[in-house]
Amino acid sequence: MSTDLVSVVPVEGRTRLRRARWYRHPTLVVGLVLLVAIVFMCVAAPLLTSFDPDKQNLEQALSGAGQYGHLLGTDQEGRDTWARLLYGGRIDLRVAFLAVLFPFVLGTILGSLAGYFGSWIDAIILRVIDVVVAFPFFVLVIALVFVLGAGEKSIYIAITAVGWVSYARIIRGEILVAKRQEYVLAAQSGGLSSLRIMGRHLLPNVITQAIVYAMSDIVQNMVAIVTLSYLGLGIQPPTPDWGTMIADGQNFLTTQWQLTTIPGLTVVLTGLALSLVGDGLADLLRPGAS
Amino acid sequence: MGRMTFVFRRLALLVPTAVGVTIITFFMVHLIPGDPAVTVLGQHATPATVALLHHQWGLDKPLAEQYWLFMDRLVHGNLGESLYYQVPVWGLITGRLPATLWLLCYAAVIAIVISVPLAVLAASRKDAIRDHVVRVVPLLGLGMPAFWFGLILQTWLGTKLRLFPVTGYGQGFVGHVHTMFLPSLTVAVALCPVLIRSLRASMLNVLGADFITTARAKGVPAPRLLVRHVLRNAVIPAVTVLGINIGYLIGGTLIVEQVFAVPGIGSLMIGAILQRDFPVVQGVALVFGVLVVLVNLLTDVAYAALDPRVRFGR
Repeated sequence: MSTDLVSVVPVEGRTRLRRARWYRHPTLVVGLVLLVAIVFMCVAAPLLTSFDPDKQNLEQALSGAGQYGHLLGTDQEGRDTWARLLYGGRIDLRVAFLAVLFPFVLGTILGSLAGYFGSWIDAIILRVIDVVVAFPFFVLVIALVFVLGAGEKSIYIAITAVGWVSYARIIRGEILVAKRQEYVLAAQSGGLSSLRIMGRHLLPNVITQAIVYAMSDIVQNMVAIVTLSYLGLGIQPPTPDWGTMIADGQNFLTTQWQLTTIPGLTVVLTGLALSLVGDGLADLLRPGAS
Repeated sequence: MGRMTFVFRRLALLVPTAVGVTIITFFMVHLIPGDPAVTVLGQHATPATVALLHHQWGLDKPLAEQYWLFMDRLVHGNLGESLYYQVPVWGLITGRLPATLWLLCYAAVIAIVISVPLAVLAASRKDAIRDHVVRVVPLLGLGMPAFWFGLILQTWLGTKLRLFPVTGYGQGFVGHVHTMFLPSLTVAVALCPVLIRSLRASMLNVLGADFITTARAKGVPAPRLLVRHVLRNAVIPAVTVLGINIGYLIGGTLIVEQVFAVPGIGSLMIGAILQRDFPVVQGVALVFGVLVVLVNLLTDVAYAALDPRVRFGR
């Protein structure tokens, strides 16, 4: 992952130097190790548990950790918490990653257009950004998912509709600076098309900022998805998901605290891993910026 | 550009944004796949009841006219009527706004009380262990679902230790301060990472300035230097960060109000969503949008007023 990202840094010599040194950023290494471990456990879920996350067994409902071979106990319907945690992670992580991809692409395209062409295109896009930014992220996402109907597709649409503005702002700002540099002027005098200049010359130089932001954006999306599921607007039962698990467990907080606490801690830990990777990437790609 | 010109220009820029906010909230209802009237009526949907609702909402008129009617009602302070409570939405919102504003301000104060000392601690020696700890630990707050943290606080500090009430708004100033502590802390914890980070960065920035070197050369003791010289100058950018993040702050209150049963407009919106009460959702979204726009304006103006070095113009 890191080598791909590093290779977009323009200066060849520096690239090699940094590629050799990525492991010297402790935040990046710790974050990557944590993240890889979490993703691996979710992907390898069938190997790590023999329980079916959806299978109810009311006779073993609300059993404590270790009882009947349930590593973390069971929920109110007798479903294995450990299995639901792993299989739920598959859904939540997939949706969080995909929900970053769409706004990233849309925002990058619109931000490049606004930054490169300026004039009326810029004016219109800026006004739209102002309006979308006026709404608190959660308010607009929850309202949109509500009107579109609960479920995964609505989450993608809502997060894309709201999330693209951050990327557009970042890319626009970067392009405004970069387009005045000599290599762009050279490309322009060489008669290259605007599309080619943007795609081949400008974007590779300005995209790093957006990639760094995307890491923290995944965290925000994950929290948003879990929150939506908690409200019953996100991943629909019986599909396991961390938000629904927290919601289901809250009625048993005083007796079976692990039902709510563990999925929550998993979200926090995953968020920490992603934030560390984001921080480490920022240090790596923009030395001196922190 | 003069100070007043800046304020007026900023006010003029507000107009297209405000109009945009109304357009989005207006079209929200039109985004609903299928017929919102059918969705709302559910089992009770007959051609007659659907037509009646269409007429009540003005959905049988052309879109432009509908928007015009929406705006016309809006400038008269009419946000429509709640389908569930059968009372005007505006009255519902004004009745519940104080609790939300309380929560927002209280959370901002707690966030500042937590963040400033930590940022000072981190910036006082860059790259020392304490700096790394202060940089990493708040990252936990970024990925923390507010409702989950609220539930944990409720269980431990509320139910088990009985230090704070678990739900509600409280009576009188002291009651509010006591009852709203847990929800405000929950919102504040989500805000702290951003605040600590920006405060630390701006303090490090100030620490590199010439007047700090001068102060050091004069023999100003370190604690005094940090508080009187550095913090004072670093606080202004941090206040701006707080203003910019008001949207984030408000997003946090939405779900936290629901968890702690605070009678604010956030829990009103969540409740309205669960009851499929479209006009209330629309009204609250609009009020939130306007609130953010106003706070951003205030931040800009306050920034300009507080710091004489701010240059006006773009």
